[in-house]
Formats: sequence, C-alpha cells, structure tokens
Amino acid sequence: MAYDLIGKDFTPPDVIAKVTGKAKYSEDFRMEGMLFGRLLLSPVPHARIKNIDVSEALKMKGVVGVITADDLPPVVEPNRPILTNEPRYVGEPILALAAESETLAQDALEKIKLELEPLPFTVDPLESLYPGGPDARTDGNVTGRNASGAYVKTTKWTARDFAAVAEGQLAAGEVTDEWSYGDVDAGFANAKYVLDETFVTQGLPHLAMETRTALSYWQNGKCHVHASCQSQSFPVPFLAGYIGIEPQDLVFVAEYCGGGFGNKGSAYPEMSIPAHLSKKVGRPVMMRISRAEEYYLGCARPGFQGRIKMGFRADGRLLAADLFIVQENGSDVGMNDYMSAADAVSLVFTPEAMRFRGIPVATNTPSRVPQRGPGQNQIACAVEPLMDMAAKALGIDPLAIRVINAPDSDARFGAKQGKVTSAFLGEALTQGAAEFKWDEKRKLSGQRPPGQSKGSKVLGVGIGSAYHSAGYSGFDGLVVLTPEGKLHIHTGVGNLGTYSHTATSRVAAETLKCAWDSCVVIRGDSRKHLPWNLAQFGSNTSYTMVRTNYVAAMDAIEKLKEIAAKDLGGSADDYDIGGEKVFLKSDASKHLTYAQAAQRAIELGGKYSGQEAPEDINPMTKAAVAGLAGSGLIGVAKDTMASEGTPPAFAAGFMQIELDTETGTYEILDYVGVADCGTVLHPMGLDHQIKGGAVMGIGLAALERHVYDPQNGLPATVGLNECKPPTYLDVPSHMRTMAVEEADPMSPVGSRGIGEPVQGCAAAALLCAISDALGGHYFNRVPVMTDMIVNAASGNPQSHKPLQVNTF
Amino acid sequence: MIVETYIPGQEVASSSGKTSRRQFIKRVIASGAAVSAGSMLGLSGCSPGEQATQAGGVERLISLNVNGKVRRVDVLPQETLAMTLRYKLGLTGTKLGCDRGECGACTVLIDDLPTYSCSTLTHNVRGRQVTTIEGLQAADGTLHPVQQAFVDELGPQCGFCTPGQIMSSVALLKVNPNPSREEVRQALAGNLCRCGAYDHYLNSVMRAAKES
Repeated sequence: MAYDLIGKDFTPPDVIAKVTGKAKYSEDFRMEGMLFGRLLLSPVPHARIKNIDVSEALKMKGVVGVITADDLPPVVEPNRPILTNEPRYVGEPILALAAESETLAQDALEKIKLELEPLPFTVDPLESLYPGGPDARTDGNVTGRNASGAYVKTTKWTARDFAAVAEGQLAAGEVTDEWSYGDVDAGFANAKYVLDETFVTQGLPHLAMETRTALSYWQNGKCHVHASCQSQSFPVPFLAGYIGIEPQDLVFVAEYCGGGFGNKGSAYPEMSIPAHLSKKVGRPVMMRISRAEEYYLGCARPGFQGRIKMGFRADGRLLAADLFIVQENGSDVGMNDYMSAADAVSLVFTPEAMRFRGIPVATNTPSRVPQRGPGQNQIACAVEPLMDMAAKALGIDPLAIRVINAPDSDARFGAKQGKVTSAFLGEALTQGAAEFKWDEKRKLSGQRPPGQSKGSKVLGVGIGSAYHSAGYSGFDGLVVLTPEGKLHIHTGVGNLGTYSHTATSRVAAETLKCAWDSCVVIRGDSRKHLPWNLAQFGSNTSYTMVRTNYVAAMDAIEKLKEIAAKDLGGSADDYDIGGEKVFLKSDASKHLTYAQAAQRAIELGGKYSGQEAPEDINPMTKAAVAGLAGSGLIGVAKDTMASEGTPPAFAAGFMQIELDTETGTYEILDYVGVADCGTVLHPMGLDHQIKGGAVMGIGLAALERHVYDPQNGLPATVGLNECKPPTYLDVPSHMRTMAVEEADPMSPVGSRGIGEPVQGCAAAALLCAISDALGGHYFNRVPVMTDMIVNAASGNPQSHKPLQVNTF
Repeated sequence: MIVETYIPGQEVASSSGKTSRRQFIKRVIASGAAVSAGSMLGLSGCSPGEQATQAGGVERLISLNVNGKVRRVDVLPQETLAMTLRYKLGLTGTKLGCDRGECGACTVLIDDLPTYSCSTLTHNVRGRQVTTIEGLQAADGTLHPVQQAFVDELGPQCGFCTPGQIMSSVALLKVNPNPSREEVRQALAGNLCRCGAYDHYLNSVMRAAKES
C-alpha cells in the first residue's frame, strides 16, 4: 500500500534539542530553594537493621531532613521496597537525607550510626537450592509472580537431585513452573541426533548513559516529578501509588530520557524518594544518582543456569525440546525471563513437542527487571550455538537448520499453543543470507583471511535469530484539529530514543491525510492533556500506538463528515476527506477546510469538541479530553479493533569475524541485521534500532556481566570500566540493515514492534561466529570473554566451573 | 556511615539449623566490608548547592572564558568544570554520565582540545577558551555544520551522549577536516553510547566533513 508519510524518513521534532544541548533531562531542571538528596545504601548483602541513629547528622547545619522505611507505607512482600529495614543486597537504599548541598548531605550520611544484624546470603541460586543452603530472604528463597500475584516460598532440592547428574550438569529438582505440548519422549525417540547441554547466561546491568536522577516538589496541592523514564502516560498511576497520591494530583515530566533498555519502563520505587523527602521538608529536592548507585538501583537482567535437550530429524527439523531454567532473580519479586525464554524457544525453533520447567531463585544481588529482550535474548545466546552444533553433527548448513525450523504465520507456540498475527522469520533468514553472501563467506570458515598464509587469525561466520512480542491493544488515542488548521497529535508514548513517539503519531496524520507540516506532536508532560498509552517497553509502540492513533483519527474523520453533512447537506456517508478538507464526494467544491470544521466543532460543542467523551476511555484520557474541551475538533477513541494472536517481532543477524587465536580478540568484519516487523514506519529509526541492538548484543555476548564475590556478596562491576559497554572500537564501523516488509494484518498500517530481538540476534550471531572460527562448539556460557577463547583455542581448561555464576 | 554489627544472643537461623564455619566467616567479612563501602557512595568533584562556608574549602571569584564570553564565577578549589558549567553557569547541555572519566558525555573543548569536563578542575581552565555544546550554534540560530549533519543523519537515539559526541567531532574536524571513517572512529572512541548509535554518528561526522 502506498502511503504519504508511513515508510518515509522525517526529522523528529526533538532531535534539534538533542544536538544543541537544549533537551532537558531530569538533572537539567532547577527549582528555587532546591535541596539535594542522598541515599544511605546497604554496605552488606543481607541484614536486619536493629537501629538507625541519625541524631548526629541532623545536628549538622544545613541538614534538613531524613526519611527511612518507617516513614513510608509498608511494602507488600516480596515486591521491591522504596527504602528498607531489611536490605537484601549491597547497595539497597536504607535511608534518604536532604541537605542544602550535596557534599553536606554526603558528610551527614557519614555521621549516621547503623546497627546491623547480618543475615545469611547467597549470590548463587544453586547454592540456595542445595539442602541446607542459604536463603536470600528471611521468608524464603523462591520469589516470583504467577496468576494470583507475587509470591515468596522456600524450595530446597534434595542431595539426590544433585547426585543424579554428572558433574557440570544442571540437576532437575522441584520447580515452580512447568508446561509441555506434544509427545516429547516420542520426539527424542525418533530423533537422528540428540544433544543435552548445560549452560549459563550472565546477569548484567542496563548501563543507560543517564542515571535515574529525579527532581520533585509540591505546589498547589500537586506533586511534580521530573524523572528519567522511558514512558510518559503509563507510569503516572504507578508513581502516584508510590508517592501515596491520586494520579490526577501528579505532574509527571519525562520529555527526555537518557536511555533505559527496560529498567525505566514504568515508575520505579526510588523515583518517588525525592517526592517523599520534599513532602517532609517542604522544599524541592533533587536526588542525583551516581554511576555506582545506578548499578545498585538500576537493577539487572536475570542470569540463567539452564539445561536443554534437543532432538533433531536428519534434515535438521527439531522434533523435541526439553528446557530447564534456574533463574537468578535478585531478592524481590523479580522478572519472568525464564518463562519468556521458553516461549522464545517454542516460537523461534517451533519444536514439534516441548517441555519446559523453571524456577526463579532469590539471590542477594540487585533487583531483576526487564532488560531488552528479557528471557528471549538470553536464550538466543544459549541455544543458537547449539543449533550450529546440531547442524554440524547432521552435516547440514547452519542457515538450513534455522530456515527449516523458522515459524510462519500459522505457527503456534508456548504452553497454550497461541497464535501469532503473522511471522516471516524464514524470509528474514533467507533475505539476510543473500545480502550477507552467506554461502560465499561460509566457505572461508576456519581459514586464514585471504592473502594471509601464516599467522594466528581465522575467519568465522554466525547466524542468530530472536523474538519478542511486539504489541498490545486496548489503549486510547487522542487528536485535535484546531481552528488554525493544525492537527495536534497527543501521545503518551515516552522518549526512549526510538522516535516512535512521532513515528506512531504520523499514523494519525496519514489517516487524516494531513500534510506533516500541519501536524504538531504533543508529548512529554502530563499537563499537556495526554491520553492513556502503554509504556515504551516490550517493543510494542509500533503496534499498540499505531492502533490508538488510527482509531483517534478515524473518530475525527467521522466527526468531520458529520459536521460537513450538518452544514452542507446530505449524510455523513456522502463525504470524504483529502487535502485537509472534508468534501462532498459528488461535488468537491462543497467542502469545509479542517480549520473551518474545527471552528464548527467548537460551536457545536458536545462530542465534537470534547465536552462529551466516550464512556470506554481511561480516566486519564477523559481528563485530557476535558482539558482540551472547546479547543477544536476532538478525535478520541479506545482501541477496540480486533486483535487475534500475539504480534511478534523477529530479527535475524549475520556476522563475520576475524579471530586471533593467540589473543582471543576479534574484529567484526561484517554484520547484516534483518527485521521482520511488518510495514516499516520510519526507515532511519528502524536502521537505528537494528544497529543499536547489534551493538548492545555484542556487549551481551562478549563483554558485560555481573561479578560477585561469593564470600562477601560484594559486587566487582559497579563502574563502566568494570562492566564495559561496547565502544566504537568494539563494533563494526558500518553495518547493514534490511526489513522483510510484510504487512501485519492486525495493525492498521501493517506495522509491529522490533526493538528487542535485534539485540538477541546479533549476540547469537557473534557467539556462533566465534565457535565457527574455532571450528567447534566450545562455550555454554555468556559472555564469551577473550580468555575463554584463548583457553578454547589452546586446549586449556576454562577458569570457571560449568555452572559457576557471577564470576570473572 | 558508621556500622555496628549486632551480635545476637542466639545463632542466626539457617536452613541447616546451625551456623557453619563458612557462613560465620562470610558474616564477619561482610560486616567488615562496610568500612570501604562509604567511599563508593561519594561523587567526585564539587557538589551542587555547595556553600562557601562548608567543608571543602572556600570559593574564589574567577573569570572563565566560556563560549567566547567572559563569565565571573565563584569556584571551589575542588570544583570540576562540569559542575561549574551545569550548576553555576546554567549550561546543562554538558551531561554527566559517570562523573569519573569513563563515558565522555561531559566532553567540552578547552583551547579546541576535547576534554572530559568531569575530570577537569575549573581552576585549571582560567585563561583558556572553553567551548560547550551551547557555544556551537550561531547567534541567528543556524546550527553548526556538525550539529546539522547530526540532524540530517539522525545521529542521536536517546540523545544523552550526543553533546559529547558532537564536541569530540568538532575537535576532530578542526585538526583533520577530511578524516577517514576509521579516523573518526578512533577520535570518538572515548565517547560511549549505550543506544549503540555509533554507525549513525560516524555517518554524521563524515557528512559534516563533506559539507563543511
């Protein structure tokens, strides 16, 4: 389908501010009389606080106030607290203090006397599952969320469970989650080749460039918060809940966000600390968060200790998969990565039969929250190299084994064998292989680079594929046609840096056939009358808010036609729109411009200009409509369009590397990333996502990880130098990107999300390329560090044990 | 903070019913770890809102040349340039990503050399020309060619590292107006971008070199 705006590049309205330094992130705001807040963080991995003596600190001139967990509503265990009297990891916030200056606040923290009763702790889930092993919490060692909500319980495996397996193999004791479909045993019995591998994937921090600094103050009965958040509308009720106010009493400004990657998806507990402090002391409070503090508060991706058995037919078709995951879940409710990982195996490789078992185990490490492709990207790192291992054993090409197992639009997946809206992973793989020249490059595997007759460098190639769900439905859209002839598109999408706040808004402009320079995107501040939109997480905006903007525009079109019929005669159906006019189909000279129609809407009032609003929209949207009432023709609707199946995002990556077997380092020579995300809304934005995802994937595969001292529970990776994200020099200078461009039937313009799998596919492609260069399968662990490569190349044992976690 | 370890009358309950030697050692070491933890909490350099009367020295009034203008400002002995720019001169375009010389978000030019302003003492730039992201745009609003190229190539994603990336790029093009892509890559290697916008940033600098 031909579009005027969809699929075309544009200059996002926020990019000028980003290149001039005018973009205001949370630490860039100032308030008269602003105090500075600092946090007292736990020095130990697990303890009960017996007493906090703040008397000396409060005596200091300029120290204004202190809050502890006792000043806040009690947390419902095992949810993440704002402040705590039972810190469960090094760095967990215990107390917040406000003072006239930040140095003074820090000096005052040094005067606080903390009386602690140390408690048992662990940084290894298997240690906690072992009979008699330590529990990360006093009320249990297994935390998670199921259909009835958050839970905490105690699970210990038996010594027999551990003894039943060979050393280095993951035991399979009691689990919390289990499902299966098909005849798994028959699948293995019929398989030509069966593998059974134990693997470890790392926990790691998100490392957004902007830390979670926040500024808060109370004014005229409202609480104002400037925060670093990926999302705009969605966090409001949750942050209001943390603060203890009604959502309509919160002013929330998140116009810019310096990166999140999942850990700033919605409101987070510490976002409310400046508000609580400010309420107590009656002055604005800025709480700057340091890089080290961001490590603690910024949460992490859960790590896996896992095991997978896969049985393949001679042609590579996956007949059966049996996946077992022990997830390191931090010390609170954590995240469901292990479940998402199972869904991803089920959908990306479509095993004919599959069993999944998993258990999330609490550890005394930072909280676990979503990180780009939560679960899906870890499992891509673990399983994709095993696909190569199987391909090699069966004598087939790594591309062929992926294509034969790739899902199409009839795919079913997961415990419930749910449908997808459409799927073209096979096309992504074959199109990417052609662009990459897979067959040509594959012939060079394990060989020295062309022209080099000696030396330690060898070439390798790898393919990765990955999945994440890519959209939801049921949120609201809101547009206003103004008497000046402008289309105001109100969006509650945040500013994560994907520009989807504008890319999705352009759907309203497209639908209303408005020239782009007649459009204004309104966003970034809850006072701007924004609709209830889903958060900018889960790769969803290019589906979810495409639908909301479409239904809002359709509502506006209906009202335009009704107004025209009232003024010019006939019925609404006799009218059409075009050129920013609503005109009589049989005689286009009979028309109203959008500006005229907007003026008429104001005169007519009622539903036309927002004095009345639909019943089914969210209270936030209702308030926005009421705020805009009388300002123009209001298009507002809840997305109730049909949505059957999960909209998926798929990505495939192809990588060639030149690896030095003596040093374990490598240069990435080529990368091609392919997206299956339906219609492309914004080519440059998609290009950014595929390449940026690849950069982050390289970090996931080969650079970043948590390191914890198991004796003391202390972290060794709190700085960017200790857990280094990729630099310019770690990634290719130029990468290539492409898209399958098959429209999705459930999206009004055919688009789905993409942000997450583009990381997993690149991470997997790199891991596969490293093994390919070395000529075999060597690593059941991520990240693959250079010392591991040297050990593998020289036949030396690795320095870690197979199931060891949080290690260098 | 001052940490006192509470020694309970009875053993801490453990799932095995008694405290093992290893757990005991873990506890002792953990409580001792508090001593060093305090240093992790500090932010380096000057703190915002600092008053002359407080610990850490006395502010002195100095003249700074920032973006071609002489600015009079009270500066503490230990104050970093990033803090002076952001909290005393209102130039918040210079970002703090780590405040410890790891990320490059705070890059400014000092006599045309790209410099991490989080790791530069303000007193050390007296008599030198400081240029920040706010100093690139022309008075009539025209973007600097590097800024324009960053717009045309859609350089930024989240935008937080962008001012630093642009300052490093401007510095490079001053000494090497026609760099190779590899030279740009090397010149910008001290500027981290977690969004991974490197490819787009390189395209932006190459375009700026071509068009200026």
